[in-house]
Amino acid sequence: MSIKSVRDQFPVLDTKVYGKPLVYLDNAASAQRPLSVVDCWKELTLGANANIHRAVHSLAAKATDAYEDARTKVADFLNAESREEIIFTSGATASINLAAFSFGEAFIGEGDEIIVSVAEHHSNIVPWQMVAQRKNAVIKVLDIDENGVLQAECLENLISERTKIVAISHISNVLGLVNPVREIVRISHNHGVPVLVDGAQGVVHCKVDVQELDCDFYAFSGHKLYAATGTGVLYGKKEWLDKLPPYMGGGEMIESVSFSGTTYAKAPGKFEAGTQNFNSQPTLVPAIDFAKACLADNQVLKEQESILNYVYSALTENPRIHLFGRDRASKIPLFSVAVEGAHHEDLALIMDKMGIALRSGQMCAEPLMDRLGVTGLLRASFAPYNTLEEAEYFIKSLNRAIDMLI
Amino acid sequence: MTLEEKKQEIIEDFSMYDEWLDKYEYLIELGKSLDALPDEKKTEDRLIKGCQSRVWLDTERKDGRLYFTADSDAIITKGIISLLISVYSGRTAEEIATDDFGFVEQIGLKENLSPTRANGLVSMIERMKEIAGQSRQ
Repeated sequence: MSIKSVRDQFPVLDTKVYGKPLVYLDNAASAQRPLSVVDCWKELTLGANANIHRAVHSLAAKATDAYEDARTKVADFLNAESREEIIFTSGATASINLAAFSFGEAFIGEGDEIIVSVAEHHSNIVPWQMVAQRKNAVIKVLDIDENGVLQAECLENLISERTKIVAISHISNVLGLVNPVREIVRISHNHGVPVLVDGAQGVVHCKVDVQELDCDFYAFSGHKLYAATGTGVLYGKKEWLDKLPPYMGGGEMIESVSFSGTTYAKAPGKFEAGTQNFNSQPTLVPAIDFAKACLADNQVLKEQESILNYVYSALTENPRIHLFGRDRASKIPLFSVAVEGAHHEDLALIMDKMGIALRSGQMCAEPLMDRLGVTGLLRASFAPYNTLEEAEYFIKSLNRAIDMLI
Repeated sequence: MTLEEKKQEIIEDFSMYDEWLDKYEYLIELGKSLDALPDEKKTEDRLIKGCQSRVWLDTERKDGRLYFTADSDAIITKGIISLLISVYSGRTAEEIATDDFGFVEQIGLKENLSPTRANGLVSMIERMKEIAGQSRQ
């Protein structure tokens, strides 16, 4: 695919803001949607809007098929052992909350330990803190080194006989380094401890094979993977899903209901209470097609590699700028920086007026900001529709913004 | 200069700038020339929280008038603070509590700054009005 043909699927990339061509570099917060995703949603909304699973009429059958086909698609995408291991949620946050609550109810008690890393998004910290609070359990924190690299080797010493679960991101949304998840799973499993992987960023940049990673849970959001908002996935190994109690009660998640007692459906139904997001979850199908095509396309990969090389060098060679997450080998094109004497918010505001969409602030990772000794950072995150030319414009604009402020 | 005259002066100042970056350069200059709040005054109770920049607002009451001093770790925010102080500091509690602060929109700062920034700005204005409201009673 030429980059132009990729960009043609995203009309917004051809627009201007404040008279300047839009350069969208906030992809780690939410990616843009290709036309195929919009068309999918539109077709279902206009032609197959009916509640899924229960009714016998044809619109309901169409909607149900689209929804269940998406489950098969996701199972195939993650290489899950079966489609029953795929639970649909509203996003990675909901996925982790579900896993934390249900796992906590069944397996975490007073004095037990949960391990997270210092570089987690709040979504992979707070749900575990809530469990810990409810159960009088303890959170233990795996640290990073001075380059932002996760100290996986320290996990061995952090795990105790009280450790019940390890929850770790595949890629930190701030540091942009691919964590050694396979290694973390191996160490944890040696101690009989399951691992949940927050794949919100990982699923976008890596080919994920949950059987190869051998993780017990994998969570991601649809909207960061080019699908509609309000979509998401929790993968869980069948052996775990069978053992976990439901998170929410309601329609669809039951086998039978009576006032003398209710029995629950098998996974995934057990975890999908109430009316599901049936018009949007199917957009994961075209979204995954797009993501897979990008991850396999030489031209796209080459452009991404050029962007990564260029921006990494430009940011690390500039003495005024400090790049966090410095490990070229595990780096993805996601860059968080601090500039001595220039506030991240000022930089983001000025660069917005130059047409560049960036993220600034704590990026939902306050503990990491404290660890790095900053109040916030400026982040640029690239997607397959971004070009090297945009990367060059980003660096040029960053330097100009710094000059204005210092 | 009355409150209305001062507001009008700022609206006229801003109308000279067509380009956003020029407006920002002006705000950066204002921010840089505003005296910093001494560190001992940057306390939790003076802090106006936002996701992005931090703002500290200090108020003194003298002869029925309110005098504001403020600071921020971000320079554009500090520029906006400087504008607000030049308009409202030294006014009576009555004047501040009953003002609609509409001039902020008229110079395009409320809509065109980022939403979180606008929220921070709105929070600061709310804090000033709250303090004025309390002083009026």
